[in-house]
Amino acid sequence: MFPARRKGWPPVLTGAEFTAAGIRDRVHQFLAVRDPVATPRMDFLHARFDAGLAWVHYPVGLGGLGAPRALQPIADAEFAAAGAPDNDPGGNAIGLGMAAPTILAFGSDTQRERWLRPLWTGEEIWCQLFSEPGAGSDLASLATRAVRDPGEDSGKDPDRDWIVSGQKVWTSLAHQARWAILVARTDPDVPKHRGLSYFACDMTAPGVEVRPLRQLTGEAEFNEVFLTDVRIPDADRIGGVGDGWKVAQGTLMNERVAIGGMSMPREGGMIGGAARAWREHPEQRTTGLHDRLLRLWAEAEIARLAGLRLRQQLAAGQPGPEGSAAKIVFARLNQEISGFEVELAGADGLRYDDWTMRRPAHADFFGRGPGYRYLRAKGNSIEGGTSEILRNIVAERVLGLPPEQRVDKDVPWKDLPR
Amino acid sequence: MSIAEAEAAGEPGRRTPDLLYSEAERDLAGSLRSLLGSRCRPEDLLGRVGGIDPGETEPYDTGLWKTIAADLGCSGLLVPEEQDGAGASFREAATVAEELGRAVAPVPYLGSAVVATTALLAAGDDATVRELARGDVTAAVAIGFETGPAAAFPLTVRVSGPKSSDGRAGLTRLRGRVRGVADALSADLLVVPADAVPHGLYVVGADAEGVRRTPVVSLDMTRQLCDIEFVDAPARPVVPGAEANQALAAAAIAGAAAIASEQLGMAEKCLEMTVAYVQERRQFARPVGSFQGLKHRLADLWVGLTQARAVARYAAGCLADGDNDAPLAVALAKSYCGDLAVRAAEECVQMHGGIGFTWEHPAHLYLKRAKAASIAFGTSDAHRASLARLADLPGAG
Repeated sequence: MFPARRKGWPPVLTGAEFTAAGIRDRVHQFLAVRDPVATPRMDFLHARFDAGLAWVHYPVGLGGLGAPRALQPIADAEFAAAGAPDNDPGGNAIGLGMAAPTILAFGSDTQRERWLRPLWTGEEIWCQLFSEPGAGSDLASLATRAVRDPGEDSGKDPDRDWIVSGQKVWTSLAHQARWAILVARTDPDVPKHRGLSYFACDMTAPGVEVRPLRQLTGEAEFNEVFLTDVRIPDADRIGGVGDGWKVAQGTLMNERVAIGGMSMPREGGMIGGAARAWREHPEQRTTGLHDRLLRLWAEAEIARLAGLRLRQQLAAGQPGPEGSAAKIVFARLNQEISGFEVELAGADGLRYDDWTMRRPAHADFFGRGPGYRYLRAKGNSIEGGTSEILRNIVAERVLGLPPEQRVDKDVPWKDLPR
Repeated sequence: MSIAEAEAAGEPGRRTPDLLYSEAERDLAGSLRSLLGSRCRPEDLLGRVGGIDPGETEPYDTGLWKTIAADLGCSGLLVPEEQDGAGASFREAATVAEELGRAVAPVPYLGSAVVATTALLAAGDDATVRELARGDVTAAVAIGFETGPAAAFPLTVRVSGPKSSDGRAGLTRLRGRVRGVADALSADLLVVPADAVPHGLYVVGADAEGVRRTPVVSLDMTRQLCDIEFVDAPARPVVPGAEANQALAAAAIAGAAAIASEQLGMAEKCLEMTVAYVQERRQFARPVGSFQGLKHRLADLWVGLTQARAVARYAAGCLADGDNDAPLAVALAKSYCGDLAVRAAEECVQMHGGIGFTWEHPAHLYLKRAKAASIAFGTSDAHRASLARLADLPGAG
């Protein structure tokens, strides 16, 4: 399937190499024997993975060197400067940001060996089958069922396949994905958090049907996924039977880090478009809009500084809970700034660029016209944890305030009112 | 840090100041917090402000200030070692302001160790800087506490004595009034901007003949202001003209940046007090902190703190590094932290309910300090307005 990797390569890094200079040396040695322009793209990416320079903080043999995470941007920058092909990270955001860390943390050695390399190179795109029409903020109440294959040898083989049925929603990339991370209910007789298991689902398996889900922007960035008696080998279960919630929590934590932790220069985000429009259209300026712009510009720049500080904390090995603040701020500012921009446009704010149903390759928060940005930003406070749920999390886990009352906590899932 | 590393940290082509606290800063903050925990408790503060006749009370805690200034070395943080200072940077100075803000400590650190020291360092008054650094004397710049970095050079005091030949030597006299000066009641020296041709900065003994300091009944009870009248008060010229403008502007920028850190500390302390209280206070047979109506507002305050800390550290870092972005950084920090501290103090009063509205509970000390500080060194609105120029966002018409 994939060329065998050489034993003993890459050599284990010594402490002295866990520096920016050490990583740079490693990249330069790699580039010295592999022309980044002439080498076929996938050959180059395979070699980069096998040299441990894909994600340097991953273990040796799985595309990494066991180095600190903070050194990864340095490797990326060196490859980019040399004109090397990249793995199009935006095209496999869920795979790289959520599936990979989950497979690394909870997968077996066989699973890591099988999935991580083609995931990193982009040969295999991943999507996420978590949310359901009836399970949004209350994800643990999800109803997609996974039952053991009741075939002829019923009750004898402990590793029997799973048969999965249910409906998932808000699945970006499902129409391009080879694999999905999936949470399904394996035991309805215990309280909701305890009866879940986590799987990798082959999106080409019979019974998987993907339909575009059109959103209020007119686009269909997401999909609905219908699962009808989909067969999943037990070998593709990640974590223990009944451990699905614990594994999913790990995935969702990575999602929030990915959403809140974007790095950009001053005026690099939504505020950049608003500031440019302001400078280009003096005829649209009013004192009221000016006051709003100054506030929004200040808040956006401060949010950017908070992101920089968060990365400095991570680099210094002082991770804090500040990441959960970033997404709340990001969502609110995107919404207010894009709303400001539509108003600033005046008569042009009455027009919309295109309502046709497109299938964009990447989520695009900052592209197209102000009207599109305004509408797309409405999703920012819903996707990846609503701002209300995030405030609960901050209040309870950071500030230590009493938890919301949970009447469903000790009730078997099958007995919950619905 | 190389360009590549700077880019990796998110800022193409530019080094980002360190936004974290160094180990030395954490040590300094820890020492201060334990000192203030025993010598500047809420009951101490309430006892101090208990008598409301300003003439009868001691508004500043001079004993505590001696300990902070001389024993902990906080009066000389901004002064180089060769001038008897600690040779630290604005980062350490801001960390101290944060701790003093947390305790709403009635000491003239801001006015003396930050504002007057910055003015005299910029003006090159080596002898006075040494005295300030050692904690031997305390000084205040005689400007209204509301004066921001963008304000014009104040001209309410005039030179009434002989004119110095070069604005740096000789003795003269000053006449005029300045309203609402912070940290001047406990000062030994006043740094006075005064009008002449050219205008300049002068040093006047606070107890000299012809200097009248009248305590003001102040909104902020833990930082009492005074009005100052100079009636042919003897004055020593320090620096004239454009250099005086620069020294005064540097002092105002430093004051605004330090007060932003103070506001960060206040907001953090208000949130802590409130979180503790809503867990303990029970109504409807449950802690009031279990109601989402309070939880979400407290979560939002904490989110605000993460932003305030980033921008306060950025402003301090820009001043420490001499970064060109300092004016913009300080405008961002003072406006954001000012608004946040007021909101945190207001929420602190509201979420404490009835007890928060009493004189006996310290919440009002924070509310008064926060509201007054939001005006000091330029309002939030004034600082945001300066972004029109600093960030190229011109106004209408």
